[in-house]
Amino acid sequence: MSVFEGFRFRRVSSSIHRLDPRVKFLYVLVIFGIAIAFFEVLPLIFLFLIQIPFVLVASVQREWIRSLKGASFLASFIFIVNFALAYFGGTYPTSMSPWEYPLAMSLRFLVLVESFSVFFLTTSPDHLSLALEQSHVPYEFCFAFTTAVRFVPVLAEEAQTIMDAQKARGLELERGNFLKRVRNYIPVLIPLIVSAIRRSLELAETMESRAWGATKKRTNLYVLKMKSADYVMIAVSIGLLILGIYIRLSISIPSLTMLLT
Amino acid sequence: MPIIEARDLTYTYPGGTQSAIKNMSLTIEKGDFVILTGPSGCGKTTLCRCFNGLIPQFYSGKLEGELTVVGLNVVNHQIYEMACLVGLVFQNPENQLFALSVEKDVAFGLENLGLPREEMRNRVDWALQMTGIEELRERAPHELSGGQQQRVAIACVLAMQPEIMVLDEPTSFLDPLGAQKIFEVISELNRKLGITVVLVEHRLDLASKYANHVIVMNEGTVALDGRPREVFDSESARLIGVGIPKATRLWNMLRQRGIHLDGAPVNSEEAIQILRGALKRD
Amino acid sequence: MIEVKDVRFIYPTGVEALRGVSLTIRDGEFVAIMGSNGAGKTTLVKHFNGLLKPTKGDILVDGVNTRKESIAHLARRVGFVFQNPDHQLFCETAEEEIAFALKNFGFDEATVGTRANWALNLLDIEQYRQTSPFMLSGGERKRLALASVLAWDPKVVVLDEPTIGQDFEQKEKLRQFIVQLNAQGKTVVVVTHDVEFVADCAPRVVLMAEGKIVADGEAKEILTNKELAFKASIVPPQITQILLGLADFGLPTDIIDVHEAGKLLLSFLKEEVVL
Repeated sequence: MSVFEGFRFRRVSSSIHRLDPRVKFLYVLVIFGIAIAFFEVLPLIFLFLIQIPFVLVASVQREWIRSLKGASFLASFIFIVNFALAYFGGTYPTSMSPWEYPLAMSLRFLVLVESFSVFFLTTSPDHLSLALEQSHVPYEFCFAFTTAVRFVPVLAEEAQTIMDAQKARGLELERGNFLKRVRNYIPVLIPLIVSAIRRSLELAETMESRAWGATKKRTNLYVLKMKSADYVMIAVSIGLLILGIYIRLSISIPSLTMLLT
Repeated sequence: MPIIEARDLTYTYPGGTQSAIKNMSLTIEKGDFVILTGPSGCGKTTLCRCFNGLIPQFYSGKLEGELTVVGLNVVNHQIYEMACLVGLVFQNPENQLFALSVEKDVAFGLENLGLPREEMRNRVDWALQMTGIEELRERAPHELSGGQQQRVAIACVLAMQPEIMVLDEPTSFLDPLGAQKIFEVISELNRKLGITVVLVEHRLDLASKYANHVIVMNEGTVALDGRPREVFDSESARLIGVGIPKATRLWNMLRQRGIHLDGAPVNSEEAIQILRGALKRD
Repeated sequence: MIEVKDVRFIYPTGVEALRGVSLTIRDGEFVAIMGSNGAGKTTLVKHFNGLLKPTKGDILVDGVNTRKESIAHLARRVGFVFQNPDHQLFCETAEEEIAFALKNFGFDEATVGTRANWALNLLDIEQYRQTSPFMLSGGERKRLALASVLAWDPKVVVLDEPTIGQDFEQKEKLRQFIVQLNAQGKTVVVVTHDVEFVADCAPRVVLMAEGKIVADGEAKEILTNKELAFKASIVPPQITQILLGLADFGLPTDIIDVHEAGKLLLSFLKEEVVL
């Protein structure tokens, strides 16, 4: 589960945390766009490195590194597959050695995962939901999102309790072959599902009792307002985008192979 | 001035073989603190859900008879209309909180009503203060104890400024001290703000001292209805299987042996007072 | 016999739930473990069937260290009735529900059948044999959960907050049932914060507060002690509260039973009447 730790929001306050989620998302999209535009290693390394100052300012190094560890498994898989295709299939740009293109591909994957990781680590689910709402996503979805996040720890605890209860009746989850083990989880899944259904009913009763659906023009206790830091961030993102487009269109980038030899 | 009036109220859940409530009639006055009790399955929960329209709107089925709440015929109004008049607090604290901070939860009902931000802020502050949980404002519901969560639920309902607060076994999952805190909060709301309270409870030894009106239900209808002393003292209450406070039982015991003391206490404080009087008399 | 030897327990989150607990529960005893929510009661009893293993210290069940046995093995001897029966019920019929644990413990088909019958009858739910557990009422589900534990005849029965959400009659029936279980030789451990319930059964009381045992003795002594009640955040039974309020009249205050209190007051008041 540790890879998920790399995405879970922690309640810390930093200037990055205080940025408007929409602005942060724009930044992530820009990174995404630039990353796709390049298949050379050098710019991708650069893109990867620009994340780091953000991570440090937000003090989320530990979690970010954890998500890196989790992603690196898949990244190496991407490397191997692409390497095999390139080496044996011969489909790679001739200016590079066969390992450079796969390296670029796995780097691209890492850049994408890591920029999303920073986004989720520095944005509270509340903020995110508010951003969605203000971006005119229908309230039902925002509500479903925050409620789901709110109940994740509750469900996790309940799953643990149910497992304890069934273990206390002699259920041995670790025993048996693969098939038997899967069947062993039925006594855990069914109570969990039934409980989730009962819970939803109670939640619905509460929602109704608190005037759900009273008006289509729902207001919000909080409002996201853009501050100067947000505008700076937007400028940085746009700047990066322009730089990226310029480099892509007019400068030829040396491959790593060429630099090293 | 009656704030709730029911006449021959009958309701059967869709697919149910028996009526959950049959021919129920009762009157609750404005400002009353009512304890609604009775054995499991007697219809208390069903009745609560009629007060704010969950029955018949949410549960479907037909509600027969008449039910007037704050002057409105429940059947003719949407649940969200009733929500500003009657607030409902449920048994499980966990399933009444959806947001990621207490503040946001308390504002939930107000947001649904589309109130302006300034007013919402004021009401949230006020509700948190009245329930004594201001310091919990920024906390996430999952970090709170059951008793704290239940106080948040009460604040959520209070923010909507209802005239009636209905609480369906709110202290089931709490220990006695936690339960006491809840009763104290509710009692304060009843005394200071004049909110009519309908409290469904089994733990009469803890709750009865706050009430001025007790309704005992049995098998879907009203069995006993009156002041706490009258109800708990009656033989029928014991036969129905209601958990009569030990103080009352003590009095009955003494009376059976020929000692007739004044009053009919429902809690320890009253019993102590009367007994001190009786023992001093020499 | 269950021996708890200086047990400390720290949850993975870092919360220290037990801070040096020592306790012995002999065969055939009836013990109520009391204290406010968060005192460590449930954490303690979860060690009895191995669901939790102590961070420091040892738990011995019939001489065997719980660290050395599997939960299934320990559960055979220590039956646990959880607070919420819905956390266990998943089968299609009540009968299957009871059979589940029996099958897990390796009983043969014939025995499973006999025992299931016996348990259904014992808890008065024979008529629901073929009914789905989800169709039963709250009280009936609780009885089913209890039946499914008694079916495998554990030496020790642990009940975690059995009175929650129950009405007066249900609590009375439960109390009588538990007392009978104990009379038949089973070791009964009840985790509860319901003082009146304990006052009515009067078992041995182990009072906990903040991960430690603050008192261990007769219900009468512990529930009537004002300082202890304050320390452990519990409320004395109503009868005791009344007598404590009359302490300056020279009445004894270590009474928790309503009948005893009645007799006592009768004698005191009759004296005055006669005078």
